Amino acid sequence: MGHSARLLWEDLLIPGSFEYHRPASLSEAVALLGRLDSDARLIAGGHSLIPMMKLRLAMPTHLVDLAGVAELKGARLEGGEIVIGAMTTQREIIMSGVLAEHAPILRETAEVIADPQVRYVGTIGGNVANGDPGNDMPALMMALGASYVLSGPGGERRVPARDYYLSPYETAAQPGEVLAAIRVPKPPAGHGWAYEKLKRKVGDYATAAAAVILTVSGGRIASCAIGLTNVGGTALFASEAAAATVGTALDPPTLARAAAAATAIASPAEDGRGSAEYRAKMAGVMTARALKRAFARAAS
Amino acid sequence: MSPTNVSMTVNGKTVSAAVEPRTLLIHYLRENLGLTGSHIGCDTSHCGACTVDVDGRSVKSCTMFAVQAAGANVLTIEGMAGADGKLSALQEGFREMHGLQCGYCTPGMIIRAHRLLQENPNPSESEIRIGISGNLCRCTGYQNIVRAIQYAAAKLAGLEFKEAAE
Repeated sequence: MGHSARLLWEDLLIPGSFEYHRPASLSEAVALLGRLDSDARLIAGGHSLIPMMKLRLAMPTHLVDLAGVAELKGARLEGGEIVIGAMTTQREIIMSGVLAEHAPILRETAEVIADPQVRYVGTIGGNVANGDPGNDMPALMMALGASYVLSGPGGERRVPARDYYLSPYETAAQPGEVLAAIRVPKPPAGHGWAYEKLKRKVGDYATAAAAVILTVSGGRIASCAIGLTNVGGTALFASEAAAATVGTALDPPTLARAAAAATAIASPAEDGRGSAEYRAKMAGVMTARALKRAFARAAS
Repeated sequence: MSPTNVSMTVNGKTVSAAVEPRTLLIHYLRENLGLTGSHIGCDTSHCGACTVDVDGRSVKSCTMFAVQAAGANVLTIEGMAGADGKLSALQEGFREMHGLQCGYCTPGMIIRAHRLLQENPNPSESEIRIGISGNLCRCTGYQNIVRAIQYAAAKLAGLEFKEAAE
């Protein structure tokens, strides 16, 4: 009896074996990572890591769960910056009054990530940290000019989101570092904002998506920043597309130039979402749509 | 890894089982506790059949380790009816409005709808559809699932459910 029952059990236990750790503070988490071997992984919401573990594409020997670290939770204003703890869930982003008031693009983006269940558990830190080019928040953080606070054995350092992503799943974070918080310079009052995401269905990664933050003065765009999702090996900072709009009233030729500049830097893979050519084109279309919506929302 | 003891509260009862850290919550519920009402559908966190309520959040239990839910308060479909067997408003709504065909997605749908109604007792049809967008019904019986949830919302508010005209 025991033998067949045991076989069934092992079929069910899909991920590889690991030892589980639940530190109560950030310093304890950093110390644990320093002590454990290099196969240790952090787990936040787990909605990227656990599927990878079930496929045995990730086989960490130790999991360090950040769920018990209270100091990594929540969003607050600190001087001219919005500080968002890495363990803040997407649902908490959506519900946050501070974010709704000062950076509503965060809510607009979180609402199109995955589905309700995933948003209860998935965290903003996990979304930006793991370097998946399909994740939505990295392009947004590039557009917002955010920095990531990395805590390691040598203390704390900040890395701009625009410098953080090196290639798919490869980031500027060093082994042993924990992404503790995201610091977003508070966008000026009256700024325009939009996140446009083309996807096939609820829960899908973007076919292409664009994040836009801009300011308008005297009816013309005074400043503009654009980030692109899932149309390259990393999220992309579309500086030429943004520069094409500055000083204009976003007339149709300007929109076309910005869209073309976004398409030009996109290098998506062909996949179930479409051909590489189509997806690059959609990067331009999403850019134009997000620009129009952000412009309409901005106070001039 | 050697099994460790994982305790939590499931449907109001304190439970405990010795499991490996890699044991998923859905397997803990089904295999260790024998609560087979929560289903395994896609096993990839897409379909929502395994949805359970963990500390007031709807969670896909195929994508959470049991050890992550240690100490939590968990609600599964087995905890929805009263101790006397009286159906909850949602269960009654699914029966009355024909909110199920094959029934596979139903436990996840009901547990998800339960949390939705806790947070928004009077949802619009659109809010219901967005609210259950992480739950797939392969019979595509969504019309009646939405009606079942509307029925429950009305019943919980002490109102009689009036079906929207088609």
